[in-house]
Amino acid sequence: MSAAEAAVLPGSFLAGGHTLREWLITRDHKRIAILYGLGITFFFFLGGAAATLIRLNLITPEGALLQAATYNKAFTFHGVVMVWFFLIPSIPTTLGNFLLPLMIGARDVAFPRLNLLSWYLYIGGGVFAVAALLAGGVDTGWTFYAPFSTMFSNSHVFLVVIAVFVSGFSTILTGLNFIVTIHCLRAPGMSWFRLPLFVWAMYAVSLVMVLATPVLAMTLALIGLERGLGVGIFDPALGGDPLLFQHLFWFYSHPAVYIMILPAMGVASEIISCFARRRVFGYRFMTYSMLAIAVIGFLVWGHHMFVAGQSMYATLVFSLLSFVVAVPSAIKVFNWTATLRKGEISFESPMLYALGFVGLFMLGGLTGLMLAAPALDMPLHDTYFVIAHFHYVMVGGSVMAYLGGIHYWWPKLTGRRYPESWARFAAILMFFGFNLTFFPQYLLGYEGMPRRYHAYAPQFQVLNVLSSGGASILAVSYLLPIAYLLWSLRYGRAAGDNPWQARGLEWQTTSPPPTENFRRPPRVREVYDYAEPAP
Amino acid sequence: MSTPRFLLPQASSIAFRIDVFFWSMTALCALVAAGVIVAIVFFGVRYRRGSPAPRTDRHRDALGVEITWILVPFGLFVVAFIWSLSIFALARTPPANARDIYVVAKQWMWKIEHPGGQREINTLHVPVDEPVRLTMTSQDVIHSFYVPAFRVKQDVLPGRYTQLWFTATQPGTFPLLCTQYCGTDHARMGGTVIVMPRAEYARWLAGQGGAGTLAAQGAQLFRAHGCSGCHGSHAVVHAPELTGLYGRMVHLADGRSVLADDRYLRDCILEPSAQRVAGYPPVMPSFSGELSEEELLALIAYMKSGPAGVADESADERR
Repeated sequence: MSAAEAAVLPGSFLAGGHTLREWLITRDHKRIAILYGLGITFFFFLGGAAATLIRLNLITPEGALLQAATYNKAFTFHGVVMVWFFLIPSIPTTLGNFLLPLMIGARDVAFPRLNLLSWYLYIGGGVFAVAALLAGGVDTGWTFYAPFSTMFSNSHVFLVVIAVFVSGFSTILTGLNFIVTIHCLRAPGMSWFRLPLFVWAMYAVSLVMVLATPVLAMTLALIGLERGLGVGIFDPALGGDPLLFQHLFWFYSHPAVYIMILPAMGVASEIISCFARRRVFGYRFMTYSMLAIAVIGFLVWGHHMFVAGQSMYATLVFSLLSFVVAVPSAIKVFNWTATLRKGEISFESPMLYALGFVGLFMLGGLTGLMLAAPALDMPLHDTYFVIAHFHYVMVGGSVMAYLGGIHYWWPKLTGRRYPESWARFAAILMFFGFNLTFFPQYLLGYEGMPRRYHAYAPQFQVLNVLSSGGASILAVSYLLPIAYLLWSLRYGRAAGDNPWQARGLEWQTTSPPPTENFRRPPRVREVYDYAEPAP
Repeated sequence: MSTPRFLLPQASSIAFRIDVFFWSMTALCALVAAGVIVAIVFFGVRYRRGSPAPRTDRHRDALGVEITWILVPFGLFVVAFIWSLSIFALARTPPANARDIYVVAKQWMWKIEHPGGQREINTLHVPVDEPVRLTMTSQDVIHSFYVPAFRVKQDVLPGRYTQLWFTATQPGTFPLLCTQYCGTDHARMGGTVIVMPRAEYARWLAGQGGAGTLAAQGAQLFRAHGCSGCHGSHAVVHAPELTGLYGRMVHLADGRSVLADDRYLRDCILEPSAQRVAGYPPVMPSFSGELSEEELLALIAYMKSGPAGVADESADERR
């Protein structure tokens, strides 16, 4: 018996059923989480490869590496893959799938077969995305603006549209599954305000997934109709309206930003509470603010269109609502900070990731305020300022939190500890690499460098070189965890059931948990009950 | 533009106001961020595990604090919203005396037309200290007209007119960029805006020559495409009178009233039945597909100018 097998307790969800077939027909939410984990990791590095090409190309003003057409395909592929095949599924389908039933004391999600179907839809969509890449790529940008995408692009728009369409149903089914699970499968005593904030985050994000994603499916279908059959919907030459496309697209894609950030907020709340040994400050405000973000997030899409030709009246309303949606995000940042007060704070790697998340998300959010003001959006729109803003939120925010969550729950997932000092090093390296990559892009945007430019004016070179240098550091900090986490699977020491002395039902079962999740019913207590000793 | 410099030139009347707002917001954001970061570091040190700092009432919430940091940011946001809107409303309201210049974008160039008939490509000459209103459209996909030194930007759409105005405040040459991704050579779809002193600008206009003023070109098209057969002063067909139409409210057959602006005139030429004038039969054919964007602009310039503008072809230069 090897060391790896010794750590896996008999009856653990990882024990038995080692064949590929048994993994591919599993209905265990924990195994499906791992299947998703493999998928999104693959796509993260695929999207990262495209980002590498982009940053290499922008080292010189005339474009160091790629021709214009190839560059356009690189940033399109980067965006499509990172948004739909990494960021949107990232936390919900891996950590969410694994933890949601454990956290509410359930045996599985409400619809285990549907859960497996979601994974197959995701992979099915992914196959189309890779097919589009192999066939020669797409050059529309991830936003598919019409009429360029419908009538002018000569690339494989259909394949990518199908890819996103199919994977969208995976998102919808996951959201549906989570909503029903949270409503129906909570353990006795697990009332709504005893739910960990991660569960609240999954609930809020599931609402957005179920309500917003169908609009994306519809919009993509309309692209197909116009491009394939010449039905005039978006192209004025056919009697269509190009602004209609933007309204439909952002009606989905702005809430999609919250699909990416709400789960990250949930993860950060769990980690900060655990490593500060303190109940989350303003727990109820944290739940309300997530629900407020989910609801108001549906009403701000027009801030993507301040200079697109929408009416002054629309601009006024969307600007005001965009400021309003920033309030609940501000509440969350203040509450995370206040959670540290009077805590017993320690700085293990998950905490470093979580604090990094708070700082970077805050900078992304604050610059979002500037863009919510039409007077500033007019000069800054579609420049690198916007690129920096949403990378601070999505990469600095969501990816930091995702990796924090992976580190926090890794002992629970695998029963193993990773080398802590390497993990701390990676977290700190990521924070600096990230800032070096994206902070110069704020300055580039202010200076007037437009996004999606394959070549640029010489005065932008210094900042671009800085950004590319930062990206290489960032790349190392993403590869490091792959190495030591894989290493830990075989050589890591056994984790024990609750290595962080955390609260929450998932820590009451073994690491890794048994197939049925709990051998004896978990004891439901008040949420974040750090005033009492661990059970 | 070869010397690297951090601050963009403030070369339009709106640039200074926008910059003041930009740096104020930046300062506010930096202040908030610094406050939060200082608090995190302070708590991190003071309440590190094992430190002797007192921790009475550790797990308690504080409703008053919570309400405060909801209301204070909200108040600040409202101030920022109003400040922003006051600038944006100005940036979106061209003065009545603005000089009209027309822009037709296509993959991947900017075509500029002046009322006097002067044409240029990827270069826009404007006079200093005089408001300029651009009426813009695209022949293919969406583009966006962006002059960083002026802090102005507006998407340029196919099938409709969008407008942008500015007053350049210093002579010089400033980059013009396309900021809406428009295909392969998007990054090359640039140009320059050349701001000239007024007298020099007048000489430049006079030296350009051209095929007559835009309005005169429109008058020729008006006859060539048979418009004058119905809308001309001696026509026997019952058609709406076009003289003095521009800028008036028009009552439509479906009960609505619309302003007869560039957009309305363009729509009526291409799709006459959609916004039919009350009291007239739907007999006008569509000219969709028969006229280029430049020809449409010329026809509209003709209708704007009225008969007087056509009779005296130099009217626009004298303005």
